[in-house]
Amino acid sequence: MSTQPNRRASGGLIDRETTIGFRFDGRDFTGHPGDTLASALLANGEHMVARGFKYHRPRGIFGAGSEDPTALVQIGGDATRTDPNTRVTEQEIYQGLEARAQNVWPSLRYDVGAINDVFSTFLPAGFYYKTFMGPLGNWMTFEPFIRKAAGMGVAPDGPDPDRYETVNRHCDVLVIGAGPAGLMAAQAAAKSGARVILAEESAHVGGRLLSIDPDYTRIAGKTPANWASDIADDLADMDTVTVLTRTAAFGYYAQNFVGLWERVSDHLAPADRAANLPRQRVWRVRAKEVVLATGSVERPLVFHENDRPGIMLAGAARTFVHRYGVVPGRRVLVFANNDSAWEAAFDLQKAGATISGIIDLRRDIDGALLGKAAERGIGIHPGAAIVGTTGAQRVSGAQVRRMSGETGVEGAVTAIECDLLAVSGGWMPNVALFSQSRGKLAFDEDLAAFRPGQSWQNERSAGAAAAVFDLAGCLKTGAQAGADAAKKAGLTATAGRMPKIEGGERVQGTPRVLPEIPSGRPKHKVRAWIDLQDDVTTKDIKLALQEGYDSIEHAKRYTTTGMGTDQGKVANMNAFALVAGTLGKPVWQVGTTTYRQPWKPVTFGAIAGQHVGAHFHPRRTTPAHAWHAENGAVFEPVGDWLRARAYLRSGESFDEAVQRESRAAREHVAVLDASTLGKIDIRGKDARTFLNRVYTNAWSKLAPGKARYGLMLGEDGMVMDDGVTACIADDHFHMTTTTGGAASVLTHLEDYLQTEWTDLEVYLTTVTEQWSVASLSGPDSWRVVADLCEGIDPDPETFEFMRFAEATIDGVPVRVFRISFTGALAYEINIAADYGHWLWTRVIDAGRKYAIQPYGTEAMHLLRAEKGFIIVGQETDGTMTPGDLRMDWIVNDRKGDFIGKRSLLRSDTARSDRKQLVGLLTDDPALMLEEGAHIIATETEPAPPVPMLGHVTSSYISPNLGRSIALGVVKAGGSRIGERLWATRRDGAPIPVKVTETDFLKLRETGDV
Amino acid sequence: MFLITCPYCGTRDQSEFSNAGEAHVARPEKPEDLSDEEWADFVFLRNNPKGLFAERWIHTAGCRRFFNMLRNTATDEILAVYKVGETPPRVSTAEPATPSGEAPIGSGNDAVKVERPEGGE
Repeated sequence: MSTQPNRRASGGLIDRETTIGFRFDGRDFTGHPGDTLASALLANGEHMVARGFKYHRPRGIFGAGSEDPTALVQIGGDATRTDPNTRVTEQEIYQGLEARAQNVWPSLRYDVGAINDVFSTFLPAGFYYKTFMGPLGNWMTFEPFIRKAAGMGVAPDGPDPDRYETVNRHCDVLVIGAGPAGLMAAQAAAKSGARVILAEESAHVGGRLLSIDPDYTRIAGKTPANWASDIADDLADMDTVTVLTRTAAFGYYAQNFVGLWERVSDHLAPADRAANLPRQRVWRVRAKEVVLATGSVERPLVFHENDRPGIMLAGAARTFVHRYGVVPGRRVLVFANNDSAWEAAFDLQKAGATISGIIDLRRDIDGALLGKAAERGIGIHPGAAIVGTTGAQRVSGAQVRRMSGETGVEGAVTAIECDLLAVSGGWMPNVALFSQSRGKLAFDEDLAAFRPGQSWQNERSAGAAAAVFDLAGCLKTGAQAGADAAKKAGLTATAGRMPKIEGGERVQGTPRVLPEIPSGRPKHKVRAWIDLQDDVTTKDIKLALQEGYDSIEHAKRYTTTGMGTDQGKVANMNAFALVAGTLGKPVWQVGTTTYRQPWKPVTFGAIAGQHVGAHFHPRRTTPAHAWHAENGAVFEPVGDWLRARAYLRSGESFDEAVQRESRAAREHVAVLDASTLGKIDIRGKDARTFLNRVYTNAWSKLAPGKARYGLMLGEDGMVMDDGVTACIADDHFHMTTTTGGAASVLTHLEDYLQTEWTDLEVYLTTVTEQWSVASLSGPDSWRVVADLCEGIDPDPETFEFMRFAEATIDGVPVRVFRISFTGALAYEINIAADYGHWLWTRVIDAGRKYAIQPYGTEAMHLLRAEKGFIIVGQETDGTMTPGDLRMDWIVNDRKGDFIGKRSLLRSDTARSDRKQLVGLLTDDPALMLEEGAHIIATETEPAPPVPMLGHVTSSYISPNLGRSIALGVVKAGGSRIGERLWATRRDGAPIPVKVTETDFLKLRETGDV
Repeated sequence: MFLITCPYCGTRDQSEFSNAGEAHVARPEKPEDLSDEEWADFVFLRNNPKGLFAERWIHTAGCRRFFNMLRNTATDEILAVYKVGETPPRVSTAEPATPSGEAPIGSGNDAVKVERPEGGE
């Protein structure tokens, strides 16, 4: 026998044979498999599970599913796994589950923050803005305290130990919601052979069928729950159908792209979770057709003191009775404006509760309902309203008065005791996903709520989501929607025969919807909640309107209505109605706030899926990567690549390694892995013409066997890339690009070939990965090449600069280029990438007798700066022309048009006072400038705004010059050679510098350094 | 996330494509004959209409071909795709009434989220 006092003896999808222990707010409870945290707590008589966001008033379980606004708890004690803001109505219990109340201190029952409630008069809408802006305080100071006071749960800390995944699926028909309409839709579509995905948000299929009396209703001779699970089982057996439970459709995007969020393992104790399954999964579904069978959401009633624990939606109370086998109250008062809540009263009574009355806003009640109530001895109060409630941590009673018109009450106050107040303001089609799909909502005057209107995408709504509430109608519209969807997806489908319904249930009829229930109290004393999560009352909304925030989107933001983690699922419609009522406008004119994705909060883990850690941004590595890693390399990301930045010897610092490598590359020999450079194979009879048009210099006369440096501009005349291109044959060239620019250069070139110069016969192929490159630098580099390669005499006397030749190493063909980015004698050996690692080790072996060292990108940067060579992206920033780089020598304006040529003549690019590239040498050779430091013309920093002449782009300590060197861009720099300027720094006087030419090696030769 | 039909490869997810700006902006034949203003108009200025727009896309993670698309930027309707050099096909689409107006459905904007009832003002 159960020790849970409010557990029914039988009924519901509950396995009473197994008992589960869990902990909530420091106390131990038991429940059964099939329970959510909400149903288990209610079975134990616990209604209060949280405190309000702003006033810290006690908050109970209000709904039974994802619509619940306020019953939020923190799950789990493990800091890396804890899950904040989890709805107790959705979290299934497992052995050892630990849940804690949020936003309370020191405990749920005794909470210091509740003092806010006493001062509630001083906390109106917009309170924060009004109080903390302006002279009295400033928001920046108060914000941390306010954030803390208004806290929700605690975010997990540390790396997430769980695994998540995202999967892509295509289907003919996606059915969202597995209630009566969704099941019929999926069945009708599946029978046609369509590929179907059926997604159900909760743990079981059936939807509202699980919340109606199984003793009374039969579908095809079965209980509603059995009928639903049988259909789902049949569907799941079909190869073409995927049935997903615990899977919410969270976003409806363009062209029927729908995101589904499956909570795969959250319902299991951590120890029971299968190692091969992720914790959660996001399904990215592209559906030809969608059926929205998302059901309906019950609307709360907005009356004075409607926020106490024990006040619950009537439909939720029925769900607890029938689906979970729990009677959520012993003395139940029902407050309604429609027929469906009367069924809730009858069901609760049948389940053992005493019904202390039904209060209905309507004066005219259907005779059949009156008869049923009389049969059951239930006291009724038609045309009456609740004007107040009592009870500290759970409702204990309500005061009832007769309605007078729409806005008043009259007559005596009747006090009625209760421990559960079941409220119902009618049922609203759940149109969130429909509106996300950009369909147009229609305001239904009878329901006083929105329903789907004109569709925009390939979807249709069925059942309660389409404002069809009766069971037969749900089945029928569902089957029709499924058949229609399958037909539109190109299959032959029919709705098929409808299952026979016995019993059935009474639907809501026409509810009497009032934006606010009168209480007969002075306006300033009314506290009627619209949004339970954000603590927004009718008073707040009226204040917002009074202050001029009369657009619904403004009123929402000013009051925060519907801005909580529930996005106002139950609250918003009442807010729209109150705004409309107060402004005297029709609701359709007030409109709605935007139904945004996601339908409910989705974890970042699920969205990131498997794209975490090394998979977040996969890195490309060169064939010799393993050698670098084994030999002390420190890597840096360059574009998508990982490149060795320096090779540290034991006990050596990074800077020491760079200095050593840089010396080796000038004094004897060093080798760089240059495989990452972008490489484009260019073929075709018009290849030369093409090169002439994409580079600034001339390519007509470059002979086979020769290479040339080129500067590539954008059409705006700014430098976008540089590199060396070799002529292999008259119609065949090998272009290199910067490592980071390879992809954009190829696209840029393809763009012109495909869309502008379609008459040119040129073919581009990216061969970056086809070639592995070892770049040798230093006076002994030619000896290493000579020792290693056959079929080539690399002697610098005969094998001239900018030559290239074919050769072999042990019979493996290579291309040897004599090109240099360091200014020293240098060779590049290119080999088929499969031989890249082999080549690298051969070079290291062959170079050993010349004391060869590997060098990384940092030394490469330093070496080229010594020579005054630019790095695109370091000396350039998208605003530098060749002239700005003082590389006018490379611009050939006699060869005809090239990309960017015309822009070089624009008045702005032709200005003589543009920033130009120069060398900068400090007076103190040991002092290194900071990259990015501003250049000014005065010894001391003048008062702001400081006239800035330029900035430092590269700065190093050069071992080969024995001093610091820097490159920078300075206004009219070319005409300032020899001038004294100053580089600013954060803490200290500006540093005096001398403006020089950029080739420091040459300056040394002439004795100018 | 759009579904885009590459005229060479067929229908693929948007993640395979990159947008490449306004279509049918030809590079001037003789740039040197143009004034600074005319040249700047070609280099820097592009249309960005709300409504029907001809734009270029490239199938970056596919055939790497550029092609043109007619898209209603207010509603994200893809109305046609066609190859470079082809004449844009005739299409009809609901254009926003004014520069600040809305297409009657599909933009998701406030003015068109809710149907106006018959006779409603």
